[in-house]
Amino acid sequence: MQQPDLTDQFVELIRLASTDLQADVEDSLRAARDREEEGSAAQGALDTILENIRLARQNSTPICQDTGTPIFYIHYPAGWSTLKMRHQIREATATATARSYLRPNAVDSLTGRNSGDNLGDDFPSFHFHEWEEPYLKVDLMLKGGGCENVGAQYKLPNVTLQAGRDLEGVRRVVLDAVNQAQGLGCAPGIIGVAIGGDRGAGYTRSKEQFFRPLNDQSQVPELASLEERLTQEANQLGIGPMGFGGKTTVLGVKVDTLHRLPASYFVSASYMCWADRRRTMIYRDGEVAFE
Amino acid sequence: MLHKLTVPISAESIAALQVGDQVQLSGIIVTARDAAHKLMIETFVRPPQVVEQTELYARLKELLAGGVIYHCGPVVSQDDRGRWHFVAAGPTTSIREEPYEAEVIEHFGMRAVIGKGGMGPKTLQACQDHRAVYLHAIGGAASLIAHSVKEVVDVYQKDELGVPEAFWVIRVEDFPAVVTMDSHGRSLHAEVKERSTEVLQTLIAH
Repeated sequence: MQQPDLTDQFVELIRLASTDLQADVEDSLRAARDREEEGSAAQGALDTILENIRLARQNSTPICQDTGTPIFYIHYPAGWSTLKMRHQIREATATATARSYLRPNAVDSLTGRNSGDNLGDDFPSFHFHEWEEPYLKVDLMLKGGGCENVGAQYKLPNVTLQAGRDLEGVRRVVLDAVNQAQGLGCAPGIIGVAIGGDRGAGYTRSKEQFFRPLNDQSQVPELASLEERLTQEANQLGIGPMGFGGKTTVLGVKVDTLHRLPASYFVSASYMCWADRRRTMIYRDGEVAFE
Repeated sequence: MLHKLTVPISAESIAALQVGDQVQLSGIIVTARDAAHKLMIETFVRPPQVVEQTELYARLKELLAGGVIYHCGPVVSQDDRGRWHFVAAGPTTSIREEPYEAEVIEHFGMRAVIGKGGMGPKTLQACQDHRAVYLHAIGGAASLIAHSVKEVVDVYQKDELGVPEAFWVIRVEDFPAVVTMDSHGRSLHAEVKERSTEVLQTLIAH
């Protein structure tokens, strides 16, 4: 089969992710706005956020200037060349940067030089998975630096928090992570949690939770109830939008598990800011659709 | 309460600001984040002072007396005539500048720092000692804030530090922010964290 050149479609995927927030996140922010006290700094912050979402969509400008690390998850049918897709996406990334959909964000860690086009070593970031479906699915997440900086990884047991190797221990450390983050991750955020894995796999899985829609509940009953309880308790902390104090600190908590070594019990918590920028592109039978 | 502030800002207008007040800021301000703060501290502020009388230093002394630094790394575009525009320009996390900011405020006689997430005790003390405030912009509200940037007046160190880290001299009109650290020693961030930590202790008490 002749593999198509999808570079232009990848540019559009990036544009949508950066400028057009998904409806479920926007609805959740609107509901949060109505819950806050009339005239409070928290409500003012959410009004500003909602107006910004509208403007960004209308003018096709980035919702947030920190357009983050572009993280691509690519599910492709047998026979496709990942090398070609990688080239096309890298070219699309440079084009999207030139069009100001993305800020130049790739900095050489040794020299401090910004590459200027968002291309660098493992930048953007790729995860390729061959699957049995006959179509191509590309998920893109833009993960900003402010919220990335407040992610936390705990090794259980944790004496300070009296957190043991069980779901109660997980609950304790996740609440601690939300409290440590305060407003710094651009609250109200979404918390992705992975229980288990090694340090690298745990963080990766915790971030993959952000592809789940906000109303998605874990299929595992214990995890579903933990997600609900953590969302409710995190909001009792009163940190509020931007850390101004208020009723909505998180929009949701998503939890998943990985197998672990007998010796290790990691809980990895990633934070996604309210500007939860994620988009999906499907290529099927020669047609492209965006979700 | 809503205050309109114009740069250069007087000590009296700063004294009138309390934690929780909303402000709209107009005038010429300067963006500076991590690399810019490191540069200012190492080149201009800390002894042994080898202050080269560069154009940048002269300009900063003029702009930051009664002036404002904005922690921001914008998305910019350049038009056909070579003029720069701010496309998206929300605040970046301020706490990374905690090791530097107090000295920068003192050295240049600044009146305000704009950013997000708040800053620590050193900066809070500097705000008290030198009549300055910390203004919190809405994190992520980048398209909206870019609308209050009316003009890019100048840029320094763009090639050396890259677009996000450069010193962008911009003229803003009615830039919206909230006072979260005032010049009387109050920090909303410290107060919110104290309360949330108490709630956390209750939630995880055996």
